[in-house]
Amino acid sequence: MTSTTTQPAVVRAPAPRPQRRPWRRIVLHGVVLLGAVAMVYPLLWMVASAFKPESDIFSDPGLLPATFTTENFTKGWDALGIPFSTFFLNSFVIAAISVLGNLLSCSLAAYAFARLDFRFKKTLFAAMLATLMLPFHVTLVPQYILFQSIDWTNTYFPLVVPKFLAVDAFFIFLMVQFMRGLPRTLDDAATVDGCGPFGVFWRIILPLMRPALAVAAIFTFIWTWNDFLGPLLYISDRELYTAPIALNAFLDSTGASSWGPMFAMSILSILPLFLVFLFAQKHLINGIATTGLK
Amino acid sequence: MSVNTASPPGTTVAVPPTGDLPERGRRRRKRRWAAWLFLLPWLVGLFGITLGPMIASLYLSFTDYNLLGRLSFVGFDNYVRMFTDDPRFVSACLVTLKYVLVSVPLQLAFALALATLLNRGLRGLAFYRSVYYLPSLLGSSVAIALLWRQIFGGSGLVNTALGALGLTDLPNWIATPEWALGTLIVLNVWTFGSPMIIFLAGLRQVPQELYDAASVDGANAWGRFRRITMPMLTPVIFFNLVLQMINAFQAFTQSYIISGGSGGPVDSTLFYTLYLYQKAFTDFDMGYASAMAWFLLVVIGLFTGAAFFTSRYWVHYDGE
Repeated sequence: MTSTTTQPAVVRAPAPRPQRRPWRRIVLHGVVLLGAVAMVYPLLWMVASAFKPESDIFSDPGLLPATFTTENFTKGWDALGIPFSTFFLNSFVIAAISVLGNLLSCSLAAYAFARLDFRFKKTLFAAMLATLMLPFHVTLVPQYILFQSIDWTNTYFPLVVPKFLAVDAFFIFLMVQFMRGLPRTLDDAATVDGCGPFGVFWRIILPLMRPALAVAAIFTFIWTWNDFLGPLLYISDRELYTAPIALNAFLDSTGASSWGPMFAMSILSILPLFLVFLFAQKHLINGIATTGLK
Repeated sequence: MSVNTASPPGTTVAVPPTGDLPERGRRRRKRRWAAWLFLLPWLVGLFGITLGPMIASLYLSFTDYNLLGRLSFVGFDNYVRMFTDDPRFVSACLVTLKYVLVSVPLQLAFALALATLLNRGLRGLAFYRSVYYLPSLLGSSVAIALLWRQIFGGSGLVNTALGALGLTDLPNWIATPEWALGTLIVLNVWTFGSPMIIFLAGLRQVPQELYDAASVDGANAWGRFRRITMPMLTPVIFFNLVLQMINAFQAFTQSYIISGGSGGPVDSTLFYTLYLYQKAFTDFDMGYASAMAWFLLVVIGLFTGAAFFTSRYWVHYDGE
């Protein structure tokens, strides 16, 4: 038995023990496999349907298009009079700026909590944790009034500026936890060498925090890419729409009738998430597994 | 203020000690000053974007304000109106409560069941884990809500498949008041992957010796699960429960897309947050919406508080 507390607890499977009853293994495999198929079937069917002619979508529950067509994509791409590339670019810009803002502001605050001394530290730390539990809707109305009064409606400011002010306290918490695991002797050595607190943060802590920063970046990207309520409230110009808002407008304009093109655009809109999932899976899984457990 | 703090199991929320090297006073003062610089963005956010607006919305909840006209103070009027003169508010509460109380336990049950199965030394664990997690990643997106709208529509995938099995006379699931909320519950249960991953990580922390000892004592698989896995996992169950509960109370996008923003049919999918949105941004009844927001905060606080309060009776931490 080796201790599993020091490394991410999710990477290794326990060694299979010799089984007395092999049929049990087969049943277990069967159940898990069937469940997995049931889980992804709707997603696969949506991908398949995007390549089917409209009439087949409603008659064919299968995963292989009988007639293969890319017409849905060409139809959907310009359905709103503006090419969908515009909406993807908008989504991407907002997500990228948000990632930058979160990494910067949350790591700064986390460093103060983990390594520096100041008055009211306990109180402020508790306040930070309290904001973790705060329903987003409690501040929705006054925030809207605030942003409206400074003429920020129909801009991206209300969506990205809060990220530079570390409002996603979840990531501060994550980073504080991570920094506590870094040996303090490193800071002391750097201090002796003449580094101030900013030097220590920039040259020592940040480079060592890469895993935590990766988790924060990935989740920020996913959340902002998926965000619907924010852009729904603040963005009214079509040119400024993000992909989810564009999808919603597409749905409205067709009265939920052109499923083929809608599926085609839906797939494109979750493709970036899927790519993140493929390439950053380890960080994702560890991020989820370690936010609750050391 | 009824805000409470959750700390995930296995983490301590003690403020980390800051071991200063013995230094000259001047230098220490400089460090104190530096700390505030580091905290500056977060402090601006805390007061300007979180606490400030929170207090503002508490104040607004006692007023009548429509964003354009004058603001007038009405005392507890909004709160009284919610409970005595607004059937839609009551149905929004009931819909949301049903959604939370049905979908969260189901979601956690699936998550725990699958985590237990996957933890039995299965080959291809990483692959299965990813497949089960994928819906969690995509679940809150507009694209998936759109897909759901088709799947559970009158001539959608579900009915096509059931029709192929020879069933006739099938309902349009999302347009029938009895079934519409069910489709949203199914959608939330479908995203059980992320609590499953947290359970898997928790299962890895259960010492193998306990299972071996139990086997020697003649416990069967169910006995091992009941007597070892469940008690050892209670902190993780607790953590997942609080997390998913808070999420479910705030669900919005799915019901907005599936009902076209209306919460229909007949308000059967009118989530609390969707009604709040309608009140604030369709009727511009900002005072009322603020009152609703504060009531939501209190309810989430009560549920979380109840979870914490009862936790000492069913959550076992190390060495108990």
